[in-house]
Amino acid sequence: MEANNISEHVTHRHRDDVGAKLGMWLFLFTELLLFGGMFLAYAVYRMKYPQQFHISAMEMNTTMGTLNTIILLTSSLTMVLSIAAMQKRNKFLSIIFLLSTLFLGTLFLINKYFEWSHEISKGIYPGSEVLLSKQNGEILYFGLYYAMTGLHGLHVIIGMIVLVFMLVFVINDNIKWDDYVKLENAGLYWHLVDIIWIFLFPLFYLIQ
Amino acid sequence: MANGTAVIAGKSFYEEGTTKSKSGIASWIFSTDHKRIGLLYLISIVSFFIIGVIIAELIRLELIAPGETIVDAETYNRLFTLHGVIMIFLFIIPGIPAVFGNFFLPIQIGAKDVAFPRLNLLSWWLYMTGAVLAITSLFLPGGPADTGWTFYVPYSVRTGSNVIFALLAAFILGFSSILTGLNFVTTVHRLRIKGMSFFKMPLNIWALYATAWIQVIATPIIGITLLLIIIERTFGVGIFDPTLGGDPVLYQHLFWIYSHPAVYVMILPAMGVVSEIIATFSRRTVFGYKMVAFSSLTIAFVGYLVWAHHMFTAGLSETAAVVFSLLTFIVAIPSAIKVFNWVATMYKGSIDPRTPFKWVMVFIFLFSIGGLTGLVLGSLATDVHLHDTYFVVAHFHFVMFGGAGTIFFAAMHYWFPKMFGKMYNEKIADIGVYMFLISFLTLYFPMFLLGYNGQPRRYFDYLPQFQTLHVISTIGAWMMLITITLVVWNLIHALRKGEKAPDNPWGGVTLEWQTSSPPPLENFEEMPNVPNEPYDFSHLTGIKDGSK
Ligand code: HEM
Ligand SMILES: [Cu+2]
Repeated sequence: MEANNISEHVTHRHRDDVGAKLGMWLFLFTELLLFGGMFLAYAVYRMKYPQQFHISAMEMNTTMGTLNTIILLTSSLTMVLSIAAMQKRNKFLSIIFLLSTLFLGTLFLINKYFEWSHEISKGIYPGSEVLLSKQNGEILYFGLYYAMTGLHGLHVIIGMIVLVFMLVFVINDNIKWDDYVKLENAGLYWHLVDIIWIFLFPLFYLIQ
Repeated sequence: MANGTAVIAGKSFYEEGTTKSKSGIASWIFSTDHKRIGLLYLISIVSFFIIGVIIAELIRLELIAPGETIVDAETYNRLFTLHGVIMIFLFIIPGIPAVFGNFFLPIQIGAKDVAFPRLNLLSWWLYMTGAVLAITSLFLPGGPADTGWTFYVPYSVRTGSNVIFALLAAFILGFSSILTGLNFVTTVHRLRIKGMSFFKMPLNIWALYATAWIQVIATPIIGITLLLIIIERTFGVGIFDPTLGGDPVLYQHLFWIYSHPAVYVMILPAMGVVSEIIATFSRRTVFGYKMVAFSSLTIAFVGYLVWAHHMFTAGLSETAAVVFSLLTFIVAIPSAIKVFNWVATMYKGSIDPRTPFKWVMVFIFLFSIGGLTGLVLGSLATDVHLHDTYFVVAHFHFVMFGGAGTIFFAAMHYWFPKMFGKMYNEKIADIGVYMFLISFLTLYFPMFLLGYNGQPRRYFDYLPQFQTLHVISTIGAWMMLITITLVVWNLIHALRKGEKAPDNPWGGVTLEWQTSSPPPLENFEEMPNVPNEPYDFSHLTGIKDGSK
């Protein structure tokens, strides 16, 4: 592989799938650390205000959270299937599964929108009077809730934008059965988004 | 060349590019050639460095006499914040990796480019975006941030100045730094020329490799921390603000988890360059090559575990303080390994003290002072006395400016002939080195004394008894300005009028000296020979006696 790279012309198409994936893994690692900082903050504040975190967590709608977990997990599956279809040279199926992934992503966001609106309708949002009249631990809980799920939602959106690009690439044969590392990398990103949710879910919805 | 692509013989990368437009600015700012990107970085970084210096001159002028001299307290706060932000995020962190790393990492491992050339270009664009954001806040109502470059809460959440601009700038610059880091890690793993195993890589590559890992591992933490402040300020979300139950000390932890490793992002690449220059001008293989290589990794690793030494007075538990103090002492070991090995390399070498080598000598001297005073600050008892005084200001300028900054100049003089194909006037360059040393000591040494005697940092005013030392320091600042002007002018003059440089002016043995000056677009006309060991000067035995 290495000798191969050297003899290839860089300014022309330079292809190194292993390198591309290595780069992607490094990037995912930075994303994990980015969220890691917030998980750390969560851990610290949970230790500091266990009682108040408990009270706040009771307010969460576990059903909505569970539903969203199922949606995202399924979307990871359809993502994998899309890559598998591509490997089996089935472009059509690959597109179908990509579209399903996008659909599930949208569903997740819609669900999230209703969940947030529900909290907001109760008057619980950053800087609101209802929230500020609560205890410190509760303010922090909801602060973290909005910041973490918000940033995660942003990642879902970014992931979906990436997937739309992948869709276009698959359609115009920029991604093909023998050259699909882009699709794989997009898939890795999508799984990351999923995994982060898997951690957010118990922290905000299950542990009470 | 393979694939039948025609590389026209004898054309340098200045004459042949990767873009459609053959000349003009577009052929630079859209170029994916790592050498052009390195030069883009060079121009931008040096420009911001000069802006940072000018601001520093204003700071020093204010401090020439007690009381308000040229600016009021508020403006003074903004000045040192901007100075700090520019020097840290725009100059010294990207400095060596983005300029010399970009230019020489692929060449030194015999590659044609980095692994992700387009990401590389993106990282420069992000750098410029961040820089523009930081500078724009100057012209907006509210003015630039006045929090210090550390953005400590709760002040950074409350102040009316445009902190968000500075925060966003630092966030985006962090992103740029991450892209450079992951690009370099991948490049080192995937694109080494056949025959170049890890232990045949030049030490510069080892250093850049270790640095790249820190960039990847540490930067996201500051990213999220700054982002959280932005969220807190914009939406009033409670996270660090103590009135909402938040914990400002948690902010400090998160901030320094990145910002201490960041000092190794500044210094490790500099140490890599030092190894190159010492080997080349001593005509000798680097003593303890493996130790020097591993010490880079050790520094990268242990450096990750010492952050809380910035917080000894912030209410750490006693146990935590002792542990962090101990770890801080331990991280001095790999640095010392490097210094001793460098000295051992020079021993019995046939030293040719040209300009780059002189810069390195200045580095070893200044960096040792910076490092040793770091131990004074790392000890709990003394730190309580010296924390947040000018002793700290002196210490970090010795390390960052005297260490990494000096090597930025050294690298500039070492690789100038290769990058531009021109020689500079070595006499004037040497005078520049001497002047630098003298100005530097005049400028910063008094700060140790000031701090020891109790002058706090970040004050626009001081007690009358401190004036003599402040005046000496300000005179040093003027001398420094003259020195920098001379050094930069000498190089610019060489660009225009310099003699043509030979391919290997210093007799170096790493791969960049096997190609032409300046190199062709794909770095080598014919594939270079990989030597059996990284610094093999055996061809010189017999010509020069005493080496090896
Ligand atoms: C002519 C060159 C320079 C002069 C005269 C100078 C002077 C100063 C002074 C007097 C301060 C202290 C301000 C205060 O605490 O009240 C300061 C702060 C600082 N300087 Fe420099 N400096 C120079 C170059 C540099 C360089 C090259 C770097 C980095 C590589 C640097 C990084 C910093 C940082 C990070 C601070 C702390 C800012 C803060 O407190 O937030 N300086 N400088
Ligand atoms: Cu530190």
